[in-house]
Amino acid sequence: MTRPDLSEPAPAPDPTGTPVLEVDDLHVEFRTRGGVVNAVNGVSYSLAEGETLAILGESGSGKSVSAQAIMGILDSPPARITGGGIFFQGRDLLTMPEDEQRKVRGPGISMIFQDALSSLNPVYSVGFQIGEMFRAHRGTSRKEAKQHAIELMDRVRIPGARARVNDYPHQFSGGMRQRVMIAMAIALDPRVLIADEPTTALDVTVQAQVMDLLKDLQRDTGMGLILITHDLGVVNEVADNVAVMYAGRIVERGTVDDVFNNPAHPYTDGLMSSVPQVEHKGGRLLPIIGQPPNLAAIPPGCPFHPRCARRRLEADALPGRVCDTDVPPLRLVVPGREAACHYSEEVLGA
Amino acid sequence: MPDDSSGSTAASPSGGAPLSKGGRRPSAPPAGDALLEIRDLQKHFPLTQGVVFKRTIGHVRAVDGVNLTLRRGETVGLVGESGCGKSTVSKLIVALEKPTAGSIVYKGRDVTGLSGKALKEYRREVQIIFQDPYASLNPRMTVGDIVAEGWSVHDDVAPKKGRLQRTQELLDRVGLNPDYVNRYPHQFSGGQRQRIGIARALALRPEIIVCDEPVSALDVSVQAQVVNLLEDLQEEFGLSYLFIAHDLSVVRHISDRVAVMYLGSIVEEGTDEQVYGSPSHPYTQALLSSVPLHEPHLRGQKDRILLQGDVPSPADPPSGCRFRTRCWKAQDICAQEPPALVDRGQGHPSSCHFAEAREVVPVDAE
Repeated sequence: MTRPDLSEPAPAPDPTGTPVLEVDDLHVEFRTRGGVVNAVNGVSYSLAEGETLAILGESGSGKSVSAQAIMGILDSPPARITGGGIFFQGRDLLTMPEDEQRKVRGPGISMIFQDALSSLNPVYSVGFQIGEMFRAHRGTSRKEAKQHAIELMDRVRIPGARARVNDYPHQFSGGMRQRVMIAMAIALDPRVLIADEPTTALDVTVQAQVMDLLKDLQRDTGMGLILITHDLGVVNEVADNVAVMYAGRIVERGTVDDVFNNPAHPYTDGLMSSVPQVEHKGGRLLPIIGQPPNLAAIPPGCPFHPRCARRRLEADALPGRVCDTDVPPLRLVVPGREAACHYSEEVLGA
Repeated sequence: MPDDSSGSTAASPSGGAPLSKGGRRPSAPPAGDALLEIRDLQKHFPLTQGVVFKRTIGHVRAVDGVNLTLRRGETVGLVGESGCGKSTVSKLIVALEKPTAGSIVYKGRDVTGLSGKALKEYRREVQIIFQDPYASLNPRMTVGDIVAEGWSVHDDVAPKKGRLQRTQELLDRVGLNPDYVNRYPHQFSGGQRQRIGIARALALRPEIIVCDEPVSALDVSVQAQVVNLLEDLQEEFGLSYLFIAHDLSVVRHISDRVAVMYLGSIVEEGTDEQVYGSPSHPYTQALLSSVPLHEPHLRGQKDRILLQGDVPSPADPPSGCRFRTRCWKAQDICAQEPPALVDRGQGHPSSCHFAEAREVVPVDAE
């Protein structure tokens, strides 16, 4: 049962490859009775074929909302996309008519969610739900759709697929349910798979199985994978590139090796030193003070400044780079690395 | 939402006296005497069928023969995956459940049969912090009332007169603004609520705090604040912790000794260095090999052991060794004889007939 490590360095994404998905200056807000919540404030990224991009952030950082905007599954109202564009193979999803969008969702981009049990319908068999993809998008007959469902269940390594195709979601364990979700998501061979915290609810041994499966599927199909997570370890083991989000913005972006070895944003740096590691007991943890901001009242200037150990206020800041008044743009700090901090060079050098 | 009050304490604990702990406790267990000893503890929940005439058709063996010792001032980590029985152990220890068999010896006395005054006193000394800070605080009570509620049962702990002041001291000690006594739980963030739960447990001056997944519901950047707070409080009040969690990294960080649980029993036990550095039970090895590492240069350097299948049902556990159905070392003897939790030459107890130390997590030069 011991297997050699499959996680040899993933094939590096082709940097010249044209992006299959591009998000450009996306803004999403929620209009609530308590005021306007600015969940996503100008997020841009692109994803190439075969690339794994991790979006790392804590709860309330806007990482899930931006993904939901791509899938067109935001609850609106209260959510509203107030600006920006989402381009799939060069076409803007936001200006596309609804029936065109439906043709992209599923065959083009699909998504899996954290909580597989509540994402599956309890009153239909898993085979029926997987087969629904073929019936709805390709008009396949019920019988044939079930056949496809069995093949997919085999592909996501559900043991005894033929015997279990008529079972209901509650008859599966957590890891197996997540596999059913993955089977549905890859049914139509999408070019982009968005995985929103796919293993957060799973035990660590099951998490390793599911992550392995996702990687193998990606290798076979060459799809782009957006992995939304708060787990630094998962990012390190699975992703090629990482975008760190805070308060609805990307605060740092680069290859996983670069960002993990030498973070350029104080928030990324803080996250790394606040998490214990299994490799060693480690010294005292160095937490980031305070809490993530309330998105209805994001602090002025750099949204991270109230928690930042390196913030520079009026007296010792450079002109135009005062942390509590000037918003730092996401800028190129060193080749291949962007960060939204006025003093990234110092953070890098530290 | 109150403004952040945790910042000041996260950096340096209030209360004036600097903590003696500069860096780190030594990883060897402190030479304390056994405060709590669990011997062959079992909890079987009946499975019933029928509504009017209930018949028992079997038992879920949630906890099936657990032995564990907690010494004064130390932290014992209990790790395992969901369904292995670790939370049932915590409920048995704080006497929220009655064990089916076995004993829990606290300060030399078996507490499983206690009742009345003696049970009340035991419950004061052994407190618990729960996982979900949203579900474990009564939304209709103010923070002050929640923290002080224990005193209405144990009214000798705090004199009636100074209770408000004592509550405020406790809030201050756990890093909350003392002026928030009249606020309600919904006005606090997750990390702050967990601090309220800690203040509530501290209010009764316990000897032991059972921490049942205390940080798993919290954001990454807030987890560290709560872990540090727990470490500081241990130092200050000489507390002993039983720290139950599924996050292997957090458990290693906080624990002096670690016990690994699988399907109702402990499969391996030792210091954090022994269990993480040279795990000898196949389950521990598989568990550790699944933990994603944080260092890019260590990526791909560990042997991945992928377990096949799922955990068997605790209502019908395998004969002999519980883990044999998923074990690559399993032989005939494993189905016949349950392996004892003893040292077979690997330096620390492990319940495997073929226990053999093996390095799974690459050692970081750091």
